[in-house]
Amino acid sequence: MTNNFRRSFLKASVGGVFSAGLGGLTLSGCAAAPARPIGRVMVIGGGFGGATAAKYLRMWSGGTIEVFLIERNTQFVSCPISNLVLGGSRTLADITRGYQGLRELGVQVLHDEVSAIDPAKKLVKFRTKFADMSYDRLIVSPGVDFMFDQVEGLNAEAQKTVLHAWRAGPDTAALRRQLEAMPDGGVYLLSIPRAPYRCPPGPYERACQVAFYFKNAKPRSKVIILDANEDVTSKGPLFKAAWKDLYGGIVDYRGGTEVKAVNARDSTVRTDFDTLKGNVLNVLPPMRAGDIARTSGLITANDRWCGVDWLTMESAAQKGIHVLGDSTLSAPAMPKSGHMANQHGKLAAAAIIELMNGRQPSMAPMVANTCYSFVSDKEVVHVASVHRYDAAQKTLVAVAGSGGVSAQRNELEGSYASAWAQNIWSDMLG
Amino acid sequence: MKLRKLGLTGLWLSLTCSMPAWSQAVDPNLGRNLAANCANCHGTNGVSVGGMPALAGQSRDSLARAMKEFREGKRPATIMHQLSKGYSDEQIDLIAAYLSAQKAR
Repeated sequence: MTNNFRRSFLKASVGGVFSAGLGGLTLSGCAAAPARPIGRVMVIGGGFGGATAAKYLRMWSGGTIEVFLIERNTQFVSCPISNLVLGGSRTLADITRGYQGLRELGVQVLHDEVSAIDPAKKLVKFRTKFADMSYDRLIVSPGVDFMFDQVEGLNAEAQKTVLHAWRAGPDTAALRRQLEAMPDGGVYLLSIPRAPYRCPPGPYERACQVAFYFKNAKPRSKVIILDANEDVTSKGPLFKAAWKDLYGGIVDYRGGTEVKAVNARDSTVRTDFDTLKGNVLNVLPPMRAGDIARTSGLITANDRWCGVDWLTMESAAQKGIHVLGDSTLSAPAMPKSGHMANQHGKLAAAAIIELMNGRQPSMAPMVANTCYSFVSDKEVVHVASVHRYDAAQKTLVAVAGSGGVSAQRNELEGSYASAWAQNIWSDMLG
Repeated sequence: MKLRKLGLTGLWLSLTCSMPAWSQAVDPNLGRNLAANCANCHGTNGVSVGGMPALAGQSRDSLARAMKEFREGKRPATIMHQLSKGYSDEQIDLIAAYLSAQKAR
C-alpha cells in the first residue's frame, strides 16, 4: 500500500455521505464512504480471511465499494507465531496488531458481534451497539468454534482450567502461566483431534515450543502428545526429527490415541487405552465452522463445514453470502491456515468486485499456501502448496509437481518465518 | 538486491509475442490476482515491509527469470523452487509484468 494510494483515497472520501443504516451514529476516525458507492459489502470477522477481503475490496475497487468490517475484538492477535509465546521467545504484544491501517483505507470497522443474518432481507443484526444494517453482499469469515460436547467432562467449569488456547489472546497467556507454574518433573498433556482442524502442523509446533521451554527451564518435565490421528498430520518426519534430536526424553508422541474424556478435578484424561494424569492439560476439542455460520444456515457438510463455490467463495447454501477461511469445507489438500484464509480473502474480493460490476469473475483463480513451524526459538520447517481451479472437478486442486516441505530444519527459514508474519499481518491489516 | 543485479542482461521476448493466450484472456486482472499470491510473504503489491525481497518495481525480465530459474532448480532456494512449480511460463510472465509496474517504496 503506497502513501499515494492512501492520500488519493482519503481525498476522494472527503465530502462523502455516510449512508444508511446507522441511524445517527457517529464513527469518529472512520473515513466516510465515497459519494456514490456501487454497493456495500459487510464482512463478519477481522481475522486472516475477513481483514484481507476488506482491504482488497477497497484497494481493488478503487474505493467504489463501501466496506464494513465487523469484529468483536478491538485488536487482532495472530494465531500463527502464538506458540512462540508459550515457548517464551515472543510476547503477546509481538503478535498483536490494530485495525487502524484498514480504517485509513476506508474500511469502516465496527467492534461488535453479529447476532443474526437475514439472507432474504440481506440484513445483519448486531448484538450490542449498532442498528440493523443492509448489505449487497456479505462475507462470513468467523474461523472455528469448538465442539466441547465431543469430549466427555469438558464442560464450562472444566474449560476454566483445561484450555485449548487455539484462538490466540488471553488464553495463550493463561496457558503460558500454567506452564510457568508447573513444577520441574511435571507433565504437559496435549490432545489433538482428528483432522480436519485449524492449522494442521500447529499442535506439533506447540509440542516443540513447550518442550523448548521445558528443556531450558524444567528439564525433567515431559510433553505427552495424544493424537487422535494415526500419525503426525503435517511435516511428520521433520517434527519427529526435532523431537528426537532436540527434545529426546522430553517429547512422547502417541498416535492413534484419542482423548475421550477429561476430568478437570483430578487433572486426568481418558483414552481408549489409558487414563493419564497431567499437571497441565491442553485439550484441543474437535472443531467446526464458527457459530454465526451455523446459525445462518451456511453449514453444508457433516454439520461442521461450509461448502463454497471456489470461483467466488460464495456459499453453496445461501446466495450473496461468501464464506472464507477455516469455516469452509476445504478443497482437496487445502489446509485450514491463516495463509490460506488470506488467499480466500483475495479470491473473494476479486470475484465480488466483478459480480458487483456485472462482469464474469475469473474462471482460473489460483491460491497458494505456506506454513512455517518453529521447532525451537530459531529453527523452522515449512510446508508449501499451490492450488489451481479445475473446471471439470469444480474445485481447487494442488498443481501437480508443486509444493513440498523443508529439506531439514534450519535457521534461515526461521528468519523467513518472522518476515512472513510481518508481511502477512501488513497484507491483511493495511 | 540480487534480482536487480541480474537486471536486463538477457533478451526480453515481448509478452504479446510469447503469449497469445494472454491477449485473448477474458480476465484483464489475471496478473494482478496471480501476483496477490506473492503478497503474503513479499508484501502487498510486492512492497515488502522487511525481511523478504521486495518485488515491486523490479524489472519484468529479472522477476520472470528468477521464477523460472527457481522452477528449474538453477537458483538456490528454501521454498521458491516448490512454489514456482505451481505456475506456467505465461502465468509467471503475467506476475512479473504486474509486479514490475508497481511502485517500490
